[in-house]
Amino acid sequence: MSDRSYDSIVIGGGHNGLVCAAYLARAGQKVLVLERRHVLGGAAVTEELYPGFKYSVCSYVVSLLRPEIIRDLQLPKYGLEILPLECSFTPELDGPGLVRWPDADKTRREIARLSKRDSEVYPLFGREMAKVGRMVKPILEMVPPDPTSLNPANLMEMLKLGRLFGRLSEEERILQAKMFTMSAIDFLDEWFESDLLKATMGVSGIIGTFQGVRSPGTAYVLMHHYMGEIDGAFRAWGISKGGTGMISQAIAESAKNLGAEIRTEAGVAQIMVRAGRAKGVVLEDGTELTARHVISGVDPHRTFLGLCEAGDLDAEFLASIKKFKMRGSSGKVNLALDRFPEFTCRPGDGMHVRGDLAIAPSVDYLERAFDDAKYGDFSRRPFMNVVIPSLLDPSVAPPGKHVMSIFVQYAPYAIKEGPEAWPERREAFGDAVIETLAEYCPDLESSILHRQVLSPWDIEQQMGLTEGNIFHGELSLEQLFFMRPTPLWARYQTPIRGLWMCASGTHPGGGIMGASGANAARRILKSRVRA
Amino acid sequence: MPLPSPFHERTASLCESLKFKSWAGYFAVCSYESHPDPEYFAFRNSAGLLDITPLFKYELSGEDSAAFVSYMATRDVSALKIGRVTYSCFCDQRGKVIDDGTISRLDEQRFRVTTGSPAYAWFLQNSRGFQVEVEDVSESIAALAIQGPNSRRILAELVGPGIEDLRFFGLVAARIAGVEVEITRTGYTGDLGFEVWIPRDGALSVWDAVMAAGKAHGIMPVGLDALDIVRIEAGFLLQDVDYFSAPRCIIESRKSTPYEIGLGWTVALDRSPFIGQKALREEKQRGSDWGFVGLEISWEGIEEIYTEYGLPPSLPTQACRMAVPVYSTGRQVGQVTSSTWSPILKKYLALATVEAKQVEIGNQLRVEHTVEYERMRVLATVVERPFYDPERKRT
Repeated sequence: MSDRSYDSIVIGGGHNGLVCAAYLARAGQKVLVLERRHVLGGAAVTEELYPGFKYSVCSYVVSLLRPEIIRDLQLPKYGLEILPLECSFTPELDGPGLVRWPDADKTRREIARLSKRDSEVYPLFGREMAKVGRMVKPILEMVPPDPTSLNPANLMEMLKLGRLFGRLSEEERILQAKMFTMSAIDFLDEWFESDLLKATMGVSGIIGTFQGVRSPGTAYVLMHHYMGEIDGAFRAWGISKGGTGMISQAIAESAKNLGAEIRTEAGVAQIMVRAGRAKGVVLEDGTELTARHVISGVDPHRTFLGLCEAGDLDAEFLASIKKFKMRGSSGKVNLALDRFPEFTCRPGDGMHVRGDLAIAPSVDYLERAFDDAKYGDFSRRPFMNVVIPSLLDPSVAPPGKHVMSIFVQYAPYAIKEGPEAWPERREAFGDAVIETLAEYCPDLESSILHRQVLSPWDIEQQMGLTEGNIFHGELSLEQLFFMRPTPLWARYQTPIRGLWMCASGTHPGGGIMGASGANAARRILKSRVRA
Repeated sequence: MPLPSPFHERTASLCESLKFKSWAGYFAVCSYESHPDPEYFAFRNSAGLLDITPLFKYELSGEDSAAFVSYMATRDVSALKIGRVTYSCFCDQRGKVIDDGTISRLDEQRFRVTTGSPAYAWFLQNSRGFQVEVEDVSESIAALAIQGPNSRRILAELVGPGIEDLRFFGLVAARIAGVEVEITRTGYTGDLGFEVWIPRDGALSVWDAVMAAGKAHGIMPVGLDALDIVRIEAGFLLQDVDYFSAPRCIIESRKSTPYEIGLGWTVALDRSPFIGQKALREEKQRGSDWGFVGLEISWEGIEEIYTEYGLPPSLPTQACRMAVPVYSTGRQVGQVTSSTWSPILKKYLALATVEAKQVEIGNQLRVEHTVEYERMRVLATVVERPFYDPERKRT
């Protein structure tokens, strides 16, 4: 084989692309990863945009990174360390706020302040979710079966799936049907009465979607996040030491050690297709590289509408890809802080702020935030998920100083002035975020040393995520599992032979999970055996 | 009833969980909050501060002190340089381990030895014929372990950048908050870390200074529960858990030699006579009966047995010291003595004593694991120790 010929070429050095490459290299393939930017990681990057302060620029928390991937690829050896976010804090303007602690009794007492009834129901709810999650977990590892296929292997997978469903009791199946159809708030209403608690819990149903907490289907997304798994046990979220870029770094190092070649500043211009088969890629500088497998680690829109020639795909397929909803709905604000900003309702830098903080004071607040977005504007008073990673990981800021990571929703890609108007609206959006947060944290503004504001348009331009969608396509029910990204092509394969997909736009998608990359690698390796 | 250590005033007021246990007769914090996770991550990620005063400490001085320590220990310390520390076993005449600990050379004729159990009488009893004075300094010297990647930065703020030059297993005299102390680059965490040896009266001043300097570096006071997780990750054994001190054993089979507990590397056979030399030489020639190994218990195996009961897999949130049998092809070949889930490695780790022929890396064994009152067996593989070995520990 010549230098320019590979077994597999992975387009995009995001975490899924890197995971896929690592598994393929582990199986003995000659693998090349091509990354357009100067840094690896895609949306999982750490960048020092202000001296001494390391931002997890986009993606900032990990919950779903599969433990078996961590073990298989020996990621701790390459620097991966996940620090659990122990608490979850929802501050209030006119009360002490709500903190959910790792200690069940402490949480019960905390919730009892809002509702004694809710405080006792809360652990039962968690147990029910764990049961349903238990059923979903094996599905995450499973290549989604094609429900229309009669292929025996496929039937086995369907059977396995059927068995998983079958193991659920009737109540659990009902619960599941509800999760698939209800809104997050309707679903929570069946369990809880406290508005603050429901708002706090309900936000998990809208993260990364262009839907409100009262939109049907959001109950499923709620559970998708509820599966946040650390240590193989169903538990909370974590951050990566050194920022999320360290996850990508660790996977890249592992992949390299397994023999994969990784190039940065090597953007792919086109996927070469001959006679319906992918033959390789053409780089932006015109270099042609050939491979038996071309694996796209970028989102379905960019893959098929950006890197393929229209003539290589049939019209029906193209139409279904165009229908696949991207609709970025969130932005990100990263701050370098001179000191710890005190929260008025619960001062101090104790355990309560060493987790994630939600600005979600009421259900109506969240729904109103969505109202702004529905009509093409960013939320004046947005939902925010805030993490101060430097409290847990002092290595990301100089001693005594802090980094604050603020996930903001809603910031629709398609604002009414048009997405390209975002550069003019960006700072106004940033101001709305700071103003909102400053209501809870009056010290905030004066402690800011540097701020980075990312609109979905910026995320698209910089990270290459179409419409700035953090999940490579909305995690709404009709875009999941055997329908992700389209019903007939959900098995990491594409209509072009030898062209595969391995990123968040495929099952199971969403978050720094690595499952799509690992599943795709498994499929590709099997296909080789067959050939 | 345990006694308060010289740091008790501080540790007690910080210990929200009120979880204490007795460590060698002192109140020792298990974990400051309800569970040890944050403290574990402080050790591995920023810095943890642990009261290690309960260690037994002896000063051996006099013309023959080097010869005496070399006679008592499996290590030959005659060539140990001033300002260096070493780790050794102490054995009985039959080569069975009585204790393990560190030996610091403070001066040409002065050593400090730490042990896990009281050793004064044993030192005294063997000192006949040596020009050596044995002093029990267990109570007069307080001690703190400052461990974790930021530990060096914290100490540099207190004693100056000179601490950067202190090598692994080195010792240096310093002054913290006006108190004369000794700092050794040693520890029980398998991470970058230091231990500070403090005259009892200066204990609180030093604690306060370290906590103040450590604040910006994420220091946390840490208890024994987090220590137990990190020491297993580091592959360190613990007396009375992974082995038993020979004179305290009622039956012979409970006793172990250094070779049997993975500490053969501390035995320097070919030199001046030392206690246990003959027996250890014979064992070295003959081969040992037992070996000490690190096991990685298959997580997939754990998931499988829990799935059989329709349960999500669950493990104790703390390190486990309950011994469980280890099997090979249906026959018991040893026992796991410590086990823990490693939050960093995402692996279920164990330390085990097994028949010598089972110690090869990659050997597959089965470990007992109880689910729903039923004893099951799960696949476990012999792997290299330490399980976790960051470069910063030595550099």
